[in-house]
Amino acid sequence: MIEARNLRKGFGTQPVLDGVSFRIENGESVAIIGRSGCGKSVLLKHLIGLLQPDAGEVLIDSENIVPMNERQLLRVRRKFGMVFQGSALFDSMTVAENVAFGLRRHEHLTETEIGRRVAETLEMVDLPGTENKNPAELSGGMRKRVGLARAIVYEPQIVLYDEPTTGLDPIVSDSIDQLMLRVRDRLKVTTVVVTHDMRTARRVGQRVLMMHDKRIYASSAAEEFFASQDPVVRQFIDGVADPKETPF
Amino acid sequence: MNFFANTWIAEWLAGLGRLALLARESFLSLITLKISWRDFLYQLYFIGVKSQAVVLITGAFTGMVLGAQTYYQFHKVKMDTATLAVVGVSLCDELGPVLTALMVAGRVGAAIAAEIGTMRVTEQIDALRTLATHPVDYLVVPRLVAAHIALPLLTIESICLGIGASYLVGVYLLGIDATYSWVNMLRYTHDIDVVIGLIKAFIYGGIIALISCYKGLTCRLGAEGVGRATTEAVVYSSITILITNFFLTLVLGKIASVL
Repeated sequence: MIEARNLRKGFGTQPVLDGVSFRIENGESVAIIGRSGCGKSVLLKHLIGLLQPDAGEVLIDSENIVPMNERQLLRVRRKFGMVFQGSALFDSMTVAENVAFGLRRHEHLTETEIGRRVAETLEMVDLPGTENKNPAELSGGMRKRVGLARAIVYEPQIVLYDEPTTGLDPIVSDSIDQLMLRVRDRLKVTTVVVTHDMRTARRVGQRVLMMHDKRIYASSAAEEFFASQDPVVRQFIDGVADPKETPF
Repeated sequence: MNFFANTWIAEWLAGLGRLALLARESFLSLITLKISWRDFLYQLYFIGVKSQAVVLITGAFTGMVLGAQTYYQFHKVKMDTATLAVVGVSLCDELGPVLTALMVAGRVGAAIAAEIGTMRVTEQIDALRTLATHPVDYLVVPRLVAAHIALPLLTIESICLGIGASYLVGVYLLGIDATYSWVNMLRYTHDIDVVIGLIKAFIYGGIIALISCYKGLTCRLGAEGVGRATTEAVVYSSITILITNFFLTLVLGKIASVL
């Protein structure tokens, strides 16, 4: 279970989160959407302790992680896998070494067992036989898949996705969506996806949280959310710019 | 003006505090054996083995220049055979460890800051943290321990080659008596000189690794941030080595005179 209570965060004089609260149950699949720069990724990084809030609490399985130091957080982070927007693969390692990283660091397995687990996970993300490639040799979609394989190889309870389909063509985006659903259904993980891709939000999110004006503006089941007639929600879903406002 | 001076001092002190915290975290990681041994071995290879060429060339030519210059001055007062003694003491106490450290700071310090800085910019350090790995355990401690071990070994190589090169130049080029030179060098270069040089090299290894890792871990985002961190790593490491050398010379010299 993930719970955020009244989270506040600012960078310099610029507030980014101003009283964000929500709760995600075990096994749930939630899409967090909102306009570019509204603080979605900042919020996601708070859930795994990569950023510390100025105020508020983040509870993981009822344990508040905000007062924890970096070493205490390591224990909590073993429950998580995270897929980064830019994949964040270790470029000095091969695909196999990237995927095996978590296993090598935290599980006492033989090299044979590690090799088997890596091959299985790469098979699951449709990248069999790529063990010896370097990240630089991979396309954007392949890098995302390897990032996902690295995040799920040690079977975490929660998987966080930061803009998983940004910068990918619609066909590759669709395959990543399918992959997220496959991982969710096979591993029974709690899934939190930060995205501004409506198709991804609709397909992966059983529930949608929309951020607006530094807070959670709307939270509802996906069907209900996409049928909403609220003007702010509608404007975002339909992708209509306000003619009086410069959106960038 | 006063405001800017206060801000600069406050930032400088804050940076020093963060560096001290990094050193503390590294020490705690080391004593709890959280070090990644595989990476430690690679860093030992990278810092130690791969730096040999530059360090050996520096040592050899410094020894030759020092030998020639000393000879030219000593020749005026008929003290030719004291040349190697001066070279031996100078290389062991000062030039060996300091020049080795400065060369390693330029080569390794820049590489460490650039590598870790790029990892920070491309979110690889955040990825490490999400994989329940402390960046200090994985990135800092292997480099720190490797530099502590590699620097004294490189310094020994540099000193030996420097003395050897100076001997060749003195004896075969400048015509100094080989036997008297060698005996005088052994008479005036004591064990404690070598020990002082190794202690200094050990400390400089830590300075280079710690400052370079710190600069990489705290670099600003973007290409400019990585470039600046790389430059600062080399400059701050070099300046710290030179300043520390002065105080170490005073302290270790005092201790050596008591022993």
